[in-house]
Amino acid sequence: MNGKQDILIVGVGGQGIILASKILADVGKEAGFEVKQSEVHGMSQRGGSVSTHVRFGRAVASPLIREGEAEFLLSFELLEALRWVNFVQPRGHILVNNLRINPAPVSTGLAEYPADIELLLQKSGRQVRLIEGTELAEQAGSKRAMNMVLLGALSRLLPDIPEDRWLRVIGLHVPAKSRQMNEQAFQLGREKSMEKSYES
Amino acid sequence: MKILLSGNEAVARGAYEFGVGFAAGYPGTPSTEILENIARYPEIYAQWSPNEKVALEVGIGASLAGVRTLVAMKHVGLNVAADPLMTLAYTGVNAGLVIITADDPGMHSSQNEQDNRFFAQFAQIPLLEPSDSQEAKDMVGFGLTISEQYDTPVLLRLTTRISHSKSLIVVADERQVVPRPPFSKDAQKYVMIPAHSRGRHVLVKKRAKSLRELSEASEWNRCELNDLSIGIISSGVAYQYAREVLPEASFLKLGLSYPLPRERIKDFAAKVGKLYVVEELTPFIEDQVRALGITVEGGRSLLPDTGELTPEIVAKAFGKDSPREVFNPGVSIPPRPPVMCPGCPHRGLFYTLSRKKIRAMGDIGCYTLSVMPPLEAMDLCICMGASIGTAHGFNKATQGSDIQPVVAVIGDSTFIHSGITGLLDVVYNQGTTTVIILDNRTTAMTGFQHHPGTGYTLKGHPTQAVDLVALAKALGISRIEVVDPYDLAQLSRIIDQEIAAAEPSLIISRRSCALLSRNSAERYLQRQVDAELCSGCKRCLKLGCPAMSLGNEGKVLIDPLLCNGCPVCEQVCSRGAIRAVSN
Repeated sequence: MNGKQDILIVGVGGQGIILASKILADVGKEAGFEVKQSEVHGMSQRGGSVSTHVRFGRAVASPLIREGEAEFLLSFELLEALRWVNFVQPRGHILVNNLRINPAPVSTGLAEYPADIELLLQKSGRQVRLIEGTELAEQAGSKRAMNMVLLGALSRLLPDIPEDRWLRVIGLHVPAKSRQMNEQAFQLGREKSMEKSYES
Repeated sequence: MKILLSGNEAVARGAYEFGVGFAAGYPGTPSTEILENIARYPEIYAQWSPNEKVALEVGIGASLAGVRTLVAMKHVGLNVAADPLMTLAYTGVNAGLVIITADDPGMHSSQNEQDNRFFAQFAQIPLLEPSDSQEAKDMVGFGLTISEQYDTPVLLRLTTRISHSKSLIVVADERQVVPRPPFSKDAQKYVMIPAHSRGRHVLVKKRAKSLRELSEASEWNRCELNDLSIGIISSGVAYQYAREVLPEASFLKLGLSYPLPRERIKDFAAKVGKLYVVEELTPFIEDQVRALGITVEGGRSLLPDTGELTPEIVAKAFGKDSPREVFNPGVSIPPRPPVMCPGCPHRGLFYTLSRKKIRAMGDIGCYTLSVMPPLEAMDLCICMGASIGTAHGFNKATQGSDIQPVVAVIGDSTFIHSGITGLLDVVYNQGTTTVIILDNRTTAMTGFQHHPGTGYTLKGHPTQAVDLVALAKALGISRIEVVDPYDLAQLSRIIDQEIAAAEPSLIISRRSCALLSRNSAERYLQRQVDAELCSGCKRCLKLGCPAMSLGNEGKVLIDPLLCNGCPVCEQVCSRGAIRAVSN
């Protein structure tokens, strides 16, 4: 990997986004880069939008990615991908979990959840891949391992980082009893998630 | 060894490495993880205090006793601790004392975005502003040293993007062994009666002069000369944004940003062509630079003085934003505000208040979310503990009119923080206000910290739990009801009864936070909707439960992944369409 990598991870509070970004940041550190990671706590934990910025590079000043400069957007939810689409470079990658979680204004009938988000994302010109995160996580043993599936998918787009480095870092961050399941979820994400791909 | 730490974790690491032996605070985003991480070091005594004022006071005691001390709080917490701070600035310290203020520009989780750098100027004490985790750690050590050398408390100011951003830092294996200065009786220095304070104030001014000399010489104020046509004075995270956007510019990077190094600034200004100040929120540095007679380009209008700074905002200000096409998806993107969780014990209470159209003076906590639709059950929120005083004032001022009295709604941790005196005021001044304590047995909003009502300390040791009923009785409240907010009929009856009473009353709405009880032995059966019986009246949707939504057929759906199994929606449905899922 040469130069900098700006990766934005977004989703809904409670989806395991912070853990995913910690693992990604540690992987970057192990690759010998300067790393910065920024996240928002507090109110966002209560089912609100969550976003974390992870930046690698030889030198990284700002902990925040500049709008329109992220190479990768890893979204744990469909609507959140659409919310952050303009943070991604015009030819950047969007990896989006095929999962809809209604925000409160939609549940209570005050707003509508946009239809055909996948299509809208493709229209943006970014390279979009839809990931069956829930399904693959269930195959690994638990829906909660969806964050590992998504990291696995992202790992395919960072070819300079070897798989064993990812697995080692995951092992440091998850409890011993669920390590195997998390590793399997990562591998399923890495191997299976790219089967269905949409290139614009 | 280099490790990735957040600013908060780095401050905790600094406390360990630089020999802090005592730490206190009150939880508040974005500061909470500082004390939580310090608590992991057995070498450091660490505690949550009931509020920030008490935290600083116990910190002063520890410093006097000769132990290096760190006190941490969020920006608005320093308002609460301002009383001891302003006079501590006169007395000075014994062992080093560093106060951390974690400011929240952009108000990710706060009621205001006050710029606490002004507290350093106000109290005439040194201000440190780290720009990343390494600096955050190192500044704890530097702060303790200058606290001891200059006999002053030191303010170390973080912001959300420093507190909650991770960067690589070098950690030391060894914990510094620091001498323990004895406490010697010195009434002139420590007993602030007017005769002594007058003398101390003169010393404060002398100290400010020496601190300015320190600031001139300090390596924390660093000149980075590059392209001399643009010179930027900056501090904190704003420095990182400016460096990102203008890597070729020259910088005067201020780490010890109060008192300002005036000569260094004049020097820098003379070397560069155009001088800019890039700072977040209030032009704290800029106004002082201009007072030196130095021209600052763009002035106060270059950058916004409200909201959080971002690299984009800095880029736009300097014309460095690359023109690019913004994709418009052509649909409106609904916001995703935080909400009260499924099974939240507060929901039933606010639903009841909302249905009865009872106005509520609110307070700070998860329950402030009840202001959002569909509950819209809160009419005021100012600061920690304000619900009770504001309700009492409102009710006194409207007494005898046809205006319906308001109730005060406050969480358990918040009540202990600063609600007790408000309740005493209601009793003392013969008010009739009904106060509702939402007792969910934790400080939920900031992530389940213990408080004097939970029976555990910061380090997890069992301790005496305050008995809220006995406390209220002692304050002079004779009408006290403890209700279960999962029982809507009881809740409704008690609220009516207590509001009608011609004396002050307290309702304790008691049930553990749903996120805590999820892991306990207490289990509930999930609810489901019988589509045959559901008329689609949407009454249950007025609860604003994230597990419930309207399906395509106009019938309500309960998401089994989200439902926490509370019985509230069942009680709201008049057709009996919501039932427990049978095992």
